[in-house]
Amino acid sequence: MTAENLPTLHALRRSPIGHLTDVLAEHSAAGRRSVRLREVPFLAQLDLQLHQHGSAAFDRIASALGEPLPTTPNTAVEAGDLRVLWLGPQEWLLIGPDGSAPATADLLRAALGDEPGSLVDVSANRTTLELAGPAARQVLEKGCALDLHPRSFGPGRCAQTLLSKVGVILHQVDAEPTYRLLVRGSFAQYLADWLLDAMVLL
Amino acid sequence: MLLIACPWCGEREELEFHYGGQAHVGYPANPEGLTDSEWAEYLFVRDNPKGLFAERWSHAAGCRRWFNLIRHTVTHQILAVQSNRPVAAGQPKPVIP
Ligand SMILES: [Zn+2]
Repeated sequence: MTAENLPTLHALRRSPIGHLTDVLAEHSAAGRRSVRLREVPFLAQLDLQLHQHGSAAFDRIASALGEPLPTTPNTAVEAGDLRVLWLGPQEWLLIGPDGSAPATADLLRAALGDEPGSLVDVSANRTTLELAGPAARQVLEKGCALDLHPRSFGPGRCAQTLLSKVGVILHQVDAEPTYRLLVRGSFAQYLADWLLDAMVLL
Repeated sequence: MLLIACPWCGEREELEFHYGGQAHVGYPANPEGLTDSEWAEYLFVRDNPKGLFAERWSHAAGCRRWFNLIRHTVTHQILAVQSNRPVAAGQPKPVIP
């Protein structure tokens, strides 16, 4: 692949639910009981695994990102334009803007150095649905067993769980609330349909 | 539906977990020295107690980590959860009473 044909390749990209953009917009309602749904396609996603906490690489990555990797289970931090989600005791997902994966990967590989660990570009694994608005929690509660009440789940919390039987990474971004749902491409249409249905029948 | 406390994620519903069978089944020290029936015993034969049972679970739809717990096979009550998560010093490891 050469640099010249990259714009062409980008024009050919299709997100799993790109064909639903208008449908999602039409079903997004305003008002006090509002909820909005949109796809945020092509986010850069990197899966990072380290041998253990407290290694020198862990500290170097913290300096490189400007924020330590979150070690509290099911929490996320923001580091510049990256969002870093805890996925497991030694595993994180770094989410950045479209196109940012190579630069972030270089940064992390340099910080990792010779230490055992792995960094994989998983951007094509999942697409992102963003559900926001005062009624967003009510929509999720129709198919998610987690307690999403602000007393136990709020901004900066994330979880890998099931939503309507589909595996998702759920991340609450702000207190409105705005949630981001990362879902496998092959489940995205089903999940979008399910969410649209749940939004209609509020 | 069981509510299982993943050592990392806390309580999640059973659907998120994958069952891994009896815990603490050691790999034979000298597998090539076993007879066929001893090998079959190791591979397939498990305890089936009516009562407390130590078993393996994986938080398959969550953090994907394996851990052990002790469950009462009649009441489904979960008495203890054990993992490699560092625990507070002095906290005893669970054993079947
Ligand atoms: Zn877990």
